[in-house]
Amino acid sequence: MIEAQNISKSFGEHKVLNDVTIRFEKGRTNLIIGQSGSGKTVLMKCLVGLLNVDKGKVLYDDRVFSAMSFREMKSIRKEIGMLFQGGALFDSKTVQENVIFPLSMFTQQSHEEKVERANFCLSRVNLENVNHLMPAELSGGMKKRVAIARAISMNPRYLFCDEPNSGLDPKTSNVIDNLIKELTEEFDMTTVVNTHDMNSVMEIGDKVAYIYKGELWWVGSKDEILHSDNPELNDFVFTSELTQRLKDR
Amino acid sequence: MNLFEHLGRYLSLMRLVFRKPEKASIYHKQVLIEMESLGLDSMGIVAIVSVFMGAVVTIQMAFNVDTPLIPMYTIGYATKQSVILEFSPTIISLILAGKVGSRIASEIGTMRVTEQIDALEIMGINSSTYLIFPKIIASLFINPVLIVFSMFLALLGGYAISAITGLVAPHDYLYGIRAFFEMFDVIYALIKTVVFAFIIASVSGYHGYYTKGGALEVGKSSTQAVVHSSIAIIFFNLILTQILLA
Repeated sequence: MIEAQNISKSFGEHKVLNDVTIRFEKGRTNLIIGQSGSGKTVLMKCLVGLLNVDKGKVLYDDRVFSAMSFREMKSIRKEIGMLFQGGALFDSKTVQENVIFPLSMFTQQSHEEKVERANFCLSRVNLENVNHLMPAELSGGMKKRVAIARAISMNPRYLFCDEPNSGLDPKTSNVIDNLIKELTEEFDMTTVVNTHDMNSVMEIGDKVAYIYKGELWWVGSKDEILHSDNPELNDFVFTSELTQRLKDR
Repeated sequence: MNLFEHLGRYLSLMRLVFRKPEKASIYHKQVLIEMESLGLDSMGIVAIVSVFMGAVVTIQMAFNVDTPLIPMYTIGYATKQSVILEFSPTIISLILAGKVGSRIASEIGTMRVTEQIDALEIMGINSSTYLIFPKIIASLFINPVLIVFSMFLALLGGYAISAITGLVAPHDYLYGIRAFFEMFDVIYALIKTVVFAFIIASVSGYHGYYTKGGALEVGKSSTQAVVHSSIAIIFFNLILTQILLA
């Protein structure tokens, strides 16, 4: 379980997050949604420690992550896997080298064991025979899947996904969404997904948090969204004709 | 940002860079990779510049020593002194600042804007150490090799132009480059080279590491890396010359 307690974050005079308190449950896919510039990426960066919070706490299973030194944070970071918006694969390394990279840095496994683990992770994201390809040779969807394979290579307890569907076609987006959902349940991880894709919300949103102007505006399940009377949430969710029809049904 | 803010941030980064690495074996491998990409890949340009530089210096010396009162071997001697004391360590380091510095800054800068550095941090890896430390160590080892290689080729270039043009008899040239040899001259050149190597790798790493934005900013960081490391090289050239030779 990951918990944010009253966290605030400003950049100069501009307050991006204001007193956000939220809990992300274990074994569930927790979604953060909101308009561009609402503060959801900053919230995720505060959760993973890429940004320091100005006020409040971030807890990982009751361990106060935000108060830890860089060295103390390392132990928790080894339990975190993250899928970045563009994949963030290392350009100079092959697919296999990307996946085994965390294992090489933090384990004493032999090369054969690492390759075996890489093959397992790659097969888990439905990729085979791509081990020796460079990231530049992969499609957008394949890059995301390799990034997921790298994220799960260390058996993480916490998985973060920043805009996992950006730049992908609807079908590939669906594949990525279902993969995240399956892996969350299979490995019993606490998964936090940052998205503004409403298809993802309806597909995998066990718990959905709506961020509006830096504040936590609404929390509920994907089914509750359809019946919410929160005007700001409705304005965000039911913008398209398709989602409006869904609500009307 | 003003100069002092840059300096403060640079020193803070260097403090992080020289923290204990996560896994020594990975870093050994990285240093070897960097030695190849930063050093061996630069041998071509170093060779071309050095041969022509040595040849030009020899011609200029011959042009200036146009009197029977000065022995002809002076041309070889003056060429050797110019090459060892200044041309090879400083000019080649400035060329490396352009080639290697822009490469380091753009490589690390691209990793920053494509979130690869964030990915390293999330894994619990000290990204500054992982990315910059091997480049500094590789440069400290490989740049002196390049400079000695440059000295040899520059003197060879001088010899070749002597033989081709007849401005100085080859045996006079060979006598001149061996005459009054002081080992300290080479040591002085290598001390400068090591300092310049540190400047090139660390200043370029600094600019790449703090790149913000996109492709345009990566280009700007790369340019700044070359400009700032070149200025620092020229500045420290003066300081070191004053300290070591005065």
